[in-house]
Amino acid sequence: MRARHLAGLAGGGVALLGLAVAALAQGGGEPQRAIPDPQSGRHFATPETLEIQDDDFQNPAFLWVEEGERAWSHAEGSAGKSCASCHGDAAESMKGVRARYPAFDAKKGRVVTLEQRVNICREENMGAPPLRIDSRPLNAMTTYLGLQSRGMPVQVDISGPARPFFDKGEDFYNTRRGQLDMRCGSCHEDNFGRHLRADLLSQGMSNGFPTYRLKEQRVISLQYRLQGCVNDVRGQAPPMGGEEFTNLEFYLAWRAQGLPVETPAVRR
Amino acid sequence: MRDPRPGLPPSPARRRHGVLLAVALLLATGAAPAATLLPYEVVEDAIPRPLTDKPGDPQRGRAIALDRSKGNCVTCHEMPLRADFQGNLGPPLAGVGGRYNAGELRLRLVDSKRINPESNMPAYYKVEGLRDVRREFAGKPILEAQEVEDVLAFLLTLK
Ligand code: HEC
Ligand code: HEC
Repeated sequence: MRARHLAGLAGGGVALLGLAVAALAQGGGEPQRAIPDPQSGRHFATPETLEIQDDDFQNPAFLWVEEGERAWSHAEGSAGKSCASCHGDAAESMKGVRARYPAFDAKKGRVVTLEQRVNICREENMGAPPLRIDSRPLNAMTTYLGLQSRGMPVQVDISGPARPFFDKGEDFYNTRRGQLDMRCGSCHEDNFGRHLRADLLSQGMSNGFPTYRLKEQRVISLQYRLQGCVNDVRGQAPPMGGEEFTNLEFYLAWRAQGLPVETPAVRR
Repeated sequence: MRDPRPGLPPSPARRRHGVLLAVALLLATGAAPAATLLPYEVVEDAIPRPLTDKPGDPQRGRAIALDRSKGNCVTCHEMPLRADFQGNLGPPLAGVGGRYNAGELRLRLVDSKRINPESNMPAYYKVEGLRDVRREFAGKPILEAQEVEDVLAFLLTLK
């Protein structure tokens, strides 16, 4: 995948050969970012949108934050526990969590998103039913959790057992799909800064999610946005919360590595 | 003159050119049955012969270029026409009818990846080689053959 993408950038066969040799010399080891110095989506947002994002009193996502904060210490399920029963003060215990998620879960033997982590706690520790992906209560909780990491650099661990999940996410990212036959990078690597009709294309970074979307008038989860992008190329989007989008989300976090968490961002 | 019936062997003239004959009769992989596309012939970087016998209608082509559910060309290209917003993912198309002949433009509409495999321009008359196409579109080209000719007729007015 990577080789194919680089081939597109480099063009000539000679350049391609040079890259292949370079890759072998590295032992095919560490993945290289197509955008080594990423820019947050805020860089591509209008001043009006940023004004809303940068003022917590104006940012409508804070209604979700408040809802999440209330749910944090609200007991639910057969164990009679709340999140706070195990984790105490979220401002301390949840600091940095959003920045390092998705993360490999040794017990599950796979990478899990923050949404899935919340549901694992609900089912296994609280005896409460899982919340539907992208539902209001789950978005409220992840927005509240995300806020505790605001300003911290995204830093996911793709090493060791996490690596195969990362590789699958990278593969999804670079696979052309849909009737329009485009890959994620067709828009977010090859064409950021250009317009698709009225939309200014960003680098498709995930550091602001969950995000308040003005068009939807609600907080949306990252995977809801991903479904939208796949739909836009007339592709069949995989289900939210499933393996494919989970691995893709993991890959996206690595693309955004180093960018500050901006949850909850505001977008058009 | 030309053979609109699919499935026929290439005419001697076609063989003489020693070119690729793209007969898109293949059934799409996956569930949905593929539409049968009219055959066409690629000569170097062009499809010299029209896909249909009826000449393209530039007025209709212009409407298709604007229509989000059809060509939606202005999403990616600036064109010399009025639209609320025009994109610039692709090059501006003013003057494109002077830069290319009809056959060259036809191939760019039908399947631009034949010219540049890394192209981000969708193939408008192609059903195979695509993956995870949303069910409602599976096995169908983005435009019908006549619509391709209509858009082409419009592009040829952009001198
Ligand atoms: C046809 C163009 C196109 C393709 C292909 C595409 N997107 Fe997008 N994407 C957009 C547009 C337009 C937006 C909204 C403006 C922006 O942020 O770029 C967007 C937004 C996003 C955002 C939100 C960025 C932010 O800061 O809010 C993410 C994340 C994203 N895309 C990821 C992806 C992924 C992953 C894929 C592949 C599965 C993909 N996109 C494919 C057009 C596309
Ligand atoms: C998703 C983006 C996209 C859409 C939609 C799109 N194009 Fe393109 N088009 C491109 C890109 C990118 C190129 C540049 C060449 C390449 O990459 O193959 C291009 C190139 C072209 C060219 C060659 C221009 C030149 O100067 O070389 C023509 C002609 C053209 N497009 C016509 C159309 C028409 C007509 C439509 C609608 C029926 C259309 N395009 C829809 C992205 C698009």
